[in-house]
Amino acid sequence: MSGSPSGSGEGPAALSGLTSLSARAIAAGVRSGELSAAAVLEEHLARVERWEQQVHAFNLVTADAARARAAQVDAAVAAGEDPGLLAGVPVALKDLLCTRGVPTTCSSRILAGWCPPYDATVVKKMAAAGAIVIGKANMDEFAMGSSTEHSATGPTHNPHDLSRVPGGSSGGSAAAVAAGFSALALGSDTGGSIRQPAALCGVVGVKPTYGLVSRYGLVAFASSLDQIGPFARSVADAALALDVISGHDERDSTSLPGEHPSVASRLGRGAEDLRVGVIAELASAEGMAPDVSAAVTDAAEALAATGAKVEEVSVPSVRYGLSAYYMIAPAEASSNLARYDGVRYGLRRDGNDITEMYMSTRAAGFGPEVKRRIMLGTYALSAGYYDAYYGKAQKVRTLMIRDFDLAYSSFDVLLSPTSPTTAFPLGAKTADPLAMYLSDVCTIPSNLAGHPAVSIPFGAGEDGLPVGVQVLAPALGEPVMLQVAEALEAVAPRGEAR
Amino acid sequence: MSSEAWGEAWETVIGLEVHCELRTATKLFCGCPNSFGDEPNVNVCPVCLGLPGSLPVLNKQAVELALRIGAALHSRAQSSIFHRKNYFYPDMPKDYQISQYDVPINAGGWLELPSGKQVGIVRAHIEEDTGKTTHIGGGGRIHEAGYSLVDYNRAGVPLVEIVSAPDISSAEEAREYVEELRGILVATGASDGKMEEGSLRVDCNVSVRPAGSEELGTRCEIKNMNSLRSLGRAIAYEAARQVEVRAGGGEVQQETRHWDESEGRTHSMRSKEEAFDYRYFPEPDLVTLSPSEDWVATVRANLGVLPAERRRRVAKAARVPASSEPVSTVVRLGLDGFVAAAVEAEADAGLALRRLANEVAGELGDDGGHHLGREEFARLVSMEERGELTSAQARSVLKIMVAEGGGPEEVAGRLGFEAMGAGALEAVVEDVVVANPREWGRYAAGDDKLAGFFIGKVKAATGGNADLRAASELLRRRRAGQ
Ligand SMILES: [Zn+2]
Repeated sequence: MSGSPSGSGEGPAALSGLTSLSARAIAAGVRSGELSAAAVLEEHLARVERWEQQVHAFNLVTADAARARAAQVDAAVAAGEDPGLLAGVPVALKDLLCTRGVPTTCSSRILAGWCPPYDATVVKKMAAAGAIVIGKANMDEFAMGSSTEHSATGPTHNPHDLSRVPGGSSGGSAAAVAAGFSALALGSDTGGSIRQPAALCGVVGVKPTYGLVSRYGLVAFASSLDQIGPFARSVADAALALDVISGHDERDSTSLPGEHPSVASRLGRGAEDLRVGVIAELASAEGMAPDVSAAVTDAAEALAATGAKVEEVSVPSVRYGLSAYYMIAPAEASSNLARYDGVRYGLRRDGNDITEMYMSTRAAGFGPEVKRRIMLGTYALSAGYYDAYYGKAQKVRTLMIRDFDLAYSSFDVLLSPTSPTTAFPLGAKTADPLAMYLSDVCTIPSNLAGHPAVSIPFGAGEDGLPVGVQVLAPALGEPVMLQVAEALEAVAPRGEAR
Repeated sequence: MSSEAWGEAWETVIGLEVHCELRTATKLFCGCPNSFGDEPNVNVCPVCLGLPGSLPVLNKQAVELALRIGAALHSRAQSSIFHRKNYFYPDMPKDYQISQYDVPINAGGWLELPSGKQVGIVRAHIEEDTGKTTHIGGGGRIHEAGYSLVDYNRAGVPLVEIVSAPDISSAEEAREYVEELRGILVATGASDGKMEEGSLRVDCNVSVRPAGSEELGTRCEIKNMNSLRSLGRAIAYEAARQVEVRAGGGEVQQETRHWDESEGRTHSMRSKEEAFDYRYFPEPDLVTLSPSEDWVATVRANLGVLPAERRRRVAKAARVPASSEPVSTVVRLGLDGFVAAAVEAEADAGLALRRLANEVAGELGDDGGHHLGREEFARLVSMEERGELTSAQARSVLKIMVAEGGGPEEVAGRLGFEAMGAGALEAVVEDVVVANPREWGRYAAGDDKLAGFFIGKVKAATGGNADLRAASELLRRRRAGQ
């Protein structure tokens, strides 16, 4: 099935009823008793029932557990208790967030059937805020990919055009929110895995400052880059979700200490007098589609029209981002994924000795993209190559942080495209890994710097599919970043093809 | 081959790597109990099992103990980082070990052997232990095993690895080094020092070179020595093996060798194609470890008394050199409190030291246990000093006190030891002199050698129950006409 772009008609992206409500509206309704969590859930489950087979946003739909949870939330409200900021809000969890007793597969055969004995910190926080987990969202295997095609359970389809990819690696999470399967979703972003699918699916996706959200229970891809963040259909909802999941966690040594102010409470101030820099190197990055470029120009002009000071700015080292990333991320991944060896959990293929068991287990358990990156990373860390590859990539990182610091001495936030193109057809890039890697050229710099960034929908491309614009901010700059994103959201053109 | 066989031509260069399990309440990166001897796989959690999504959090007590070890070894405490050492092995849950690599918490330092020699310390760094694999079938080797069982109770237990400079030059000295280090580790509270339980594990690097040369020859790393005795044997064997190779015109291959206790030899552990590239890189799940200056200073201030200082104290009390054998024995066995008790009771500290180093040390159980009380020991020394017990009697009484406890008066009474009164002894001496007039004449004329003759006669006449020092004093006085 193809066509049915963006919104109109009756495709999976056309929302109505309770599934079109924002998370804020659902939570407010449930907390006040005007809405029942059970009713909200049933409408979402009905939508899943109607469209999931075409979209395949989920590896697992946890309908029974969700119904039990919704009943608890309703009972709490009836008993006069407050179930929390996200009371009754259906959420999808990327299938690399550990959920106690519920399979967590990373869309990999090697973890098929594995049930963690513990919940990730963000999962606990979501539950404590009254959210209802509706399922485990599909993804590229171990978060390695930009299309959600590298999944052992098959690809997710873009709700705006089922013949196209949703982006990745958190494609299932983005599609779930775009298709109204859930009002919110959590994903993880190592090089753009939240922002790029958000852009391609026409939703908001936030990659927080490294360390703002605990990684405990997030199955690691590249530990120094991974960060969990929310998907939502509005900036306000994303801010609400971010407030729920952020905060120091003593179980994560890289978690930032101290209290962080609520970002949701800082919204609604507009972008007037804020200084916005448009990153020159990314606006003209390799493979940038003209309609995406034009959308960024429009966004910049729209911000200027609301009183922001908009100028072009150079951040030279972002050009090396992709190369540095493809040293660091695979290097860390090669080590993080060593534990999938068939000894303790997950898939095991027997062999005549331990080495044979390792080799046949890993050969059978990992898909081709994961194997490719393990090999890249193993090579990058090898004796004699470390300095030239991993060591040098770390220097690029330092350089990039310096360049960004310089830019932020003159600007409050920076602006760029999120993805060089709109959603591409399924299969278009699977045979060409480098073309796929280029999808993340604009998003990778924020991961390398550890800075926050958000993608928000800003109109449509020539094909009528959503275009995302990225707002970047310095470390812990989420409040001003989302303030600008909200200002853009208010003036964004909706739906119509360019 | 013994060292004599190659005489003066070669010398041995030894560096030791000692892994010490820290006596923390919990493991290095999680809250599981750090305890030995439990049922397999009971002290485990997502972190120490390396389950997907789990993250390490550094144990502050482990850092404290590592700092203590560093302070005791005169190391410099510094801001440090952790690395990942990547290799596949089933008892390593993450298939990498978190270890400090090129920036350890303790850098440099030295350790003073009882002989007074200083052995350089290169580093003392923190790392996590692995689990324990038991290979069933196939002679206990992983590749031939029918199956293997893994116990992860030990996985993630904190270790400090102490790396010495190649300053050690004999098997005997290596043993002294390990004994001294063990004393330090126990004194700092960092370790229980139990080599048999694996809480202290020693690997050594051995090379040989022509005597007097400054070259650093190709070294072999030897593993799997689980006692001081096997450490000594392994080094002696390995040095001899290398001398044989080099003396025969061959070259020593740099490799890891396994000590086989039953065969009494080392053999090559890994073939070349299995040579490991550990792909070290900084552990991204942990942050830089920067102990504050205050913390380091507090650790140093509260370090307690270390074996070298204890030796100095004992030596001073007993008026013997600190490097003397009895002093190091007494300190090593933790008996220096008895010397102090003797000093307190104004008994002869030198005599106390000899009794401790000879009789008490020889009577201790395998676990070092005894029933000897400090004040009771001091009283015994005084009794011997005053001649109320002969030295033979005192030794007998002491052995019983070590094994069973009790006071010296009561034990001596039970054994029927009565101090021979001064009058009785004088009578025996008089009898012996009168019975041997020719010998007495020579002694009286100044031939002191004859004193031994008379003492022997006194000893025989009293069945060993005489205080022989008192007897020789009586002889001297009789000759002087007093
Ligand atoms: Zn544990």
